Amino acid sequence: MSVTAAFMVTCLGDMFYPEVGERIVRLLRRLGVTVGFPPGQTCCGLPLFNSGYHAEAAAVARRTVEIFAGAESPVVVPSGSCAWMVKHEYAGLMATPAERTAAERLAGRTYELSQFLVRVLGRRRFRSAVAGTLTYHDSCHLLRGLHESESPRALLREAAGATFVELPGSDECCGFGGSFSVRLPEVSTAILDKKLASVEASGADCVVACDAGCLMQMRGGLSRRASRVQALHLAEVLEVENHLPEGSGEPFQGSPST
Amino acid sequence: MTEPELATPFRERAERALGDRFLQEALTIATTKFITLRREAFAELPEGEALRDQARAIKEATLQRLDYWLERLVDNVERRGGHVHYATSADEARAIVLDIARRTGARMAVKSKSMATEEIHLNEALEAAGVTPVETDLGEYIIQLAHERPSHIIAPAIHKTKGQVAELFARELGRETEPDPEVLTRIARVELREKFLQADLGISGANFAVAETGTVVLVTNEGNGRMVTSLPRVHVAVMGVEKVIPSMTDLAVFLAILAKSATGQKLSVYTSLVNGPRRGGELEGPEEFHLVLLDNGRVRQIAGPLRESLNCLRCGACLNVCPVYRQIGGHAYGYTYPGPIGILLTAMLNGPASVKDLAHASSLCGACMDACPVRIDIPRMLIELRKEVSEGRIAPWSERMVFGAFAWLLRRPGLYRLGARLGRLAQAPLARGGRIRRVPLFFGEWTRTRDLPAIAPRTFQERWADLEREARR
Repeated sequence: MSVTAAFMVTCLGDMFYPEVGERIVRLLRRLGVTVGFPPGQTCCGLPLFNSGYHAEAAAVARRTVEIFAGAESPVVVPSGSCAWMVKHEYAGLMATPAERTAAERLAGRTYELSQFLVRVLGRRRFRSAVAGTLTYHDSCHLLRGLHESESPRALLREAAGATFVELPGSDECCGFGGSFSVRLPEVSTAILDKKLASVEASGADCVVACDAGCLMQMRGGLSRRASRVQALHLAEVLEVENHLPEGSGEPFQGSPST
Repeated sequence: MTEPELATPFRERAERALGDRFLQEALTIATTKFITLRREAFAELPEGEALRDQARAIKEATLQRLDYWLERLVDNVERRGGHVHYATSADEARAIVLDIARRTGARMAVKSKSMATEEIHLNEALEAAGVTPVETDLGEYIIQLAHERPSHIIAPAIHKTKGQVAELFARELGRETEPDPEVLTRIARVELREKFLQADLGISGANFAVAETGTVVLVTNEGNGRMVTSLPRVHVAVMGVEKVIPSMTDLAVFLAILAKSATGQKLSVYTSLVNGPRRGGELEGPEEFHLVLLDNGRVRQIAGPLRESLNCLRCGACLNVCPVYRQIGGHAYGYTYPGPIGILLTAMLNGPASVKDLAHASSLCGACMDACPVRIDIPRMLIELRKEVSEGRIAPWSERMVFGAFAWLLRRPGLYRLGARLGRLAQAPLARGGRIRRVPLFFGEWTRTRDLPAIAPRTFQERWADLEREARR
C-alpha cells in the first residue's frame, strides 16, 4: 500500500518553525508516505477570520482550496487551529456552490498531524527524540474544535524512551488566541503564567503541543523566564524506530527497544 | 444609561483587575470550585448530555413561536388574577414598576436576585422615586452595602473575599466579626428579617415562566425568593421575554441541568413556583401580582446575529470557565452582564459599537460553549461581532489597514516570500539565538512579557527543494 499526502506548512510553520515541517516530512516518509508540497502556500486565513475580516479571509481561503485541489490525497497540517479553519470554516466562506463543493472536499481530507498518524495511518508507536518526562497541552481548536484529545496522548504515552504525565488543567487555554495576545497582552500573559506554572509544577521536562500558536506563546514565556522546561511540537518528539519495516502499510506493532 | 466604569479604556480596566490581589484570590478560589463542582455533577448524570440537547431544542422551538407562547403566558397569568405589562425598553420597564410602586404607596421594596432588574437599573430609579430597595440575596445584599454592581451572573459578590465582607459589615452595619461565612450570613439574615416584614413591595426576576400554567419559576438557594414573592402586599416579577417555556414537562428538563451548570448542585435549595396573587382560601401570597415582560432589544435578535444568545439560562457556567473572566472578573467588562455571554448580551442591549473592545476580550478557546448547558456557540457570535466591528468601520482605521494589507500579501505568494526575506533583514539587529526580546510597534506588546521567535534563516519553502532531493536519494 502506498500513501500519498500533501503537506500544508501554515504561515507560522513556514517562517518560524521550518524544522517542524522538515521533521514531519521525514517522519511521514519513514512511514512510507509520499509527501508532496503544493507551491504557493501562504496562510490559511484564520487570523483574518477570527478578527472579523471575512471577505479577506474568504479570498485567502479560496486560493488555498485551489492550491490543494489538484490531488485527492490527504492534507496534513501541523496545527490544530489551521486544520480547524480548513475543516470547519472554509465552506461557509465560499460564494458559489462549486466553490463550496471544492472547499468541502478539501475539508473532508484534511488532518491535523496526530490524527493523521493515529487515525489514518494507524501508527501509534514511536521513539521519543527527547529523554525525560513529557506532558501535553491541549490546544483549544484541536480539543474543542476537532474534538481530538486522544491521538496526541496515545502517541506520547507510547513513545519509547520517555515518560508521560498528564498536565493538570491541560484543557485550559494558554492565552495565545491570535491577535488577542497583542490586543490584551496583560491578560494573555496572565493566562500564560498560570499555564506555565502548571507545566513547571507537573515535573515535566517538556510540554508538547500540536499547534504553532500555542507553542509560540508557551516558548515565548518559557524562554523569557529562562525555564528549564522546553515546549516542543509533537513532530519534534516523535522518531521512527530504526527497525521499522519500511513501506509496510500495517499498523506498526514493533516493540520499543530502548 | 451611563456606566461610570466606561470612562477608563477596557484594557486599563483589565490591567487594574489583574493587579488587584483580593480580586485575584477571590476569583481563583470561587471559579475553581464552580468548575470542579459542575464537572462532578455532570459526571454523575449519564443522561446529562442528552438533557442538554433536549433543553437546547426546547429553547429553539420556543423562540420559533415566541409570540404564541407569550400570548399563552399572558392569558394564563391573567386567568389567575395577575397583571401583565409589556416593556419594549428599559425606560418603559422602569416606568411600569415605578407606577405600580406609586399606585400601591410602596415605601420599601425587598428584592430577590434578578439580572433583569440590574439590566434596567431599577434600584437607582426606585431610590429616586422615594422607594428604598433592599437586596435580600446574600451576595446582592453585600454589594448593595458596598455600593457596587454584581460581578457575576449568579454570584454577584464573587469578587470579594470573606475578609473583605467582614470589613464591610463592620463598617456599614457596625458589627465587628471574624471573617466566618456562617457568622456573616447570620448577621445578614437578622438584618433582612426586619425588612421582609416592613416591605410593601416584593420584586423578583424569573428563571422561567411556564406558558401553559402561567407560573413564574424562581430558583434560589437562600429562601429569600419565596419571602419576596409571598410576604409583601404586591409582587412584581421582571423577566426577559425569552424566559418563557411551554410546559411543566419542559421545566423539568431545565431544572435537571440548571443548578448543575451553575453551582454543581443537583437542584438548588429552593425552586419556587409562583402562581399569581393569593386567592380565596389561600393562607399566603401577595394581594397583587404583576409580570413585566421585558424586550429591550431581545425580540429584534430573533432574526439577528445574536439569536442563539436568547437561549441563555443565566447559569454563569461560561464565566467560570472563561480564562479571561477568571483573570479580570466581572467589573472590568463595564456592563451589567460580564463574561463571554455578557459580551453578547451587551451588544444586544447597546449595539455592536459598545463591544468594539469587548468583542476581542476572548481567546476564542471555546471553553464557554463547552460548559454552556444549552451549547450556545459563543465564540462564533463573538467572531460575528468582530465582523460587525470591522465591516461597520467601528474598528480603528489603522487596524483595518493592517488587516487589509496582510490579506493582500497572503494572496501574493511571491511577495509573501519576499516579505519573509525582508523581515529577516529587519530583525537582524534584534535577533539573538533565534529569539527576539524586544521589537518596536505592534509586536512590542508581545515582547514586553514574551520572547518572539525570529524568522528562520531558511523558511520551510526555501528548504523544500533540499527535502525533495533527499527523497530521491
